[in-house]
Amino acid sequence: MTVATFSDAPAATRQRPVAPLAAAMLLPIAIVNAIGFLAPVANLFRMSFNEATGGGGLREAVTFANYLAFVMDPFYLELVTRSIGMSLAITLLTLVASYPIALFIHRAPAQWKSLLTIVTVSPLLVSAVVRTYGWMLILGDRGLVNGLLTSAGVIHEPLRLVNNTTGVVIGLVEILMPYMVLSLMAGFGRLDRTYEEAAQSLGAMPWTAFRRVVVPLTLPGIALGCLLCFVLAVSSFITPKLLGGGRVFLLATEIYDQAIVILNWPLAATMSIVILAIFGLALVAYTRVVRLLD
Amino acid sequence: MDIGRNSQGFTLLVGLLFAFLLAPVLFVFPISFSNDPFLAFPPQSWGFKYFAALPRNAVLMSAFRTSLALAATVTALSLALAVPAAYALVRLDFRGRDWLMSLFTAPLLLPSIVLGLAILLVFVRVDLLATYPGLVIAHLVVTLPYALRVIATALGTLPPAIEDAAATLGAPPFTVFRRVTLPMMMPGIVAASALSFLVSFDEVVISLFIVGPKLSTFPVEMFRYVETRTDPLIAAASVILIVATIGIVLVLERSIGVARALGKASQP
Repeated sequence: MTVATFSDAPAATRQRPVAPLAAAMLLPIAIVNAIGFLAPVANLFRMSFNEATGGGGLREAVTFANYLAFVMDPFYLELVTRSIGMSLAITLLTLVASYPIALFIHRAPAQWKSLLTIVTVSPLLVSAVVRTYGWMLILGDRGLVNGLLTSAGVIHEPLRLVNNTTGVVIGLVEILMPYMVLSLMAGFGRLDRTYEEAAQSLGAMPWTAFRRVVVPLTLPGIALGCLLCFVLAVSSFITPKLLGGGRVFLLATEIYDQAIVILNWPLAATMSIVILAIFGLALVAYTRVVRLLD
Repeated sequence: MDIGRNSQGFTLLVGLLFAFLLAPVLFVFPISFSNDPFLAFPPQSWGFKYFAALPRNAVLMSAFRTSLALAATVTALSLALAVPAAYALVRLDFRGRDWLMSLFTAPLLLPSIVLGLAILLVFVRVDLLATYPGLVIAHLVVTLPYALRVIATALGTLPPAIEDAAATLGAPPFTVFRRVTLPMMMPGIVAASALSFLVSFDEVVISLFIVGPKLSTFPVEMFRYVETRTDPLIAAASVILIVATIGIVLVLERSIGVARALGKASQP
């Protein structure tokens, strides 16, 4: 009770005029935010309406030509549909690969739980460059998979697992799995093993109990994980660039090429806005799904 | 033996999925001990050739030194900016606190590829491209939200009653902060430091947009090396990075726990 009395009482520190003090404490972070975030984002938006004059030239204008290109030009239209389609497929595969891990950790005893959680999230602390490089070593023409299959006599020609969509999908599924497992575990709170046992004791087969009891209860976590992995997949750059070997064209890799190689900044800016629009749509879809679940 | 209430078959499946999850990180270890001039498994000769070659690679070594100095600077500045900001946002009572918190953590919502391009287009106008201050500001944009969130969370879980007690007993506000608040926040500050350092040291996409021929970071040079050449040198570099990361993770785990730090920090 004493503690409650202390925190309920208007304390001396919280009675002084705080606005000038707060302003002084927040000014430095606000400056960095303005220089490194607000100004760049505003400028990016403005840039998407400028006109590229070829060869890296740029003319201040207010034109919708860059946006129209996305609707009219089949190359850019396909870029958008391919990015979205691949990201959806990657999200689904990540869910399938992560769900058993999350369920396993949820059911494990406490001392295993924290250890397995650490093992699951630890790859997040390793640079995406290193993890993608690891996949190049595993999937390359003379990598682990092809090396083992060749020496076992299963194949004579190496399987083409890198420099194509296959490599990008495998690499990204693995890179996104920790995010998915964490999201699923966050949503597993409502799941109690006794529900499953109740269903089974009432005669449901294990698979039916899983499908009809476990999955519906964990849908909020599934929705959250899918949203997170989808936006991360759409905007991923390092993995498609390295495992795609310059042959897999996605929005993120194209932003980099347009900005650094071709120097068409207005188009690169427009592609960035398109990615943000896809984010917005994903968020709307997620909100709808969550409302439906409630 | 069943682990918890998981059946044997299910345990086997999950074991395979864990193997898939850890495969790329684990597989750089055997390859780093290859002496071959190309990437192949199994290697035809084993040894420490590429570990020995690392210090002789001037580009990678210079980038490594840049990244270390950069991460140290960025970590120090992240704390210097995030500690007072977190204190103001959690402990001081004024309007618009939630709004400011959202604004300061908003850079995390933007994909790095978009933020990198956005920063490039502004930095090119103000001559910050390929400069040390430019890299510091760009990295602060991504480390500050993590640092702010971790420290604010740590501060939010501390009962103000103890600070109030110190103030009631006559301690001036700054003394209360220095002698009571700051020591209690220490686990959060340690976690924020480790996280800021790791995020800055590993940052690659934004850096790719703003580095130059004379000033580059380690992940950027690793990326470029992997893009153009295929020998085990980067496997040796990766092994050293992973071992160093484990060291930092142990610090993080001892202070507040990795899962909590990442769970609190990494939002979509």
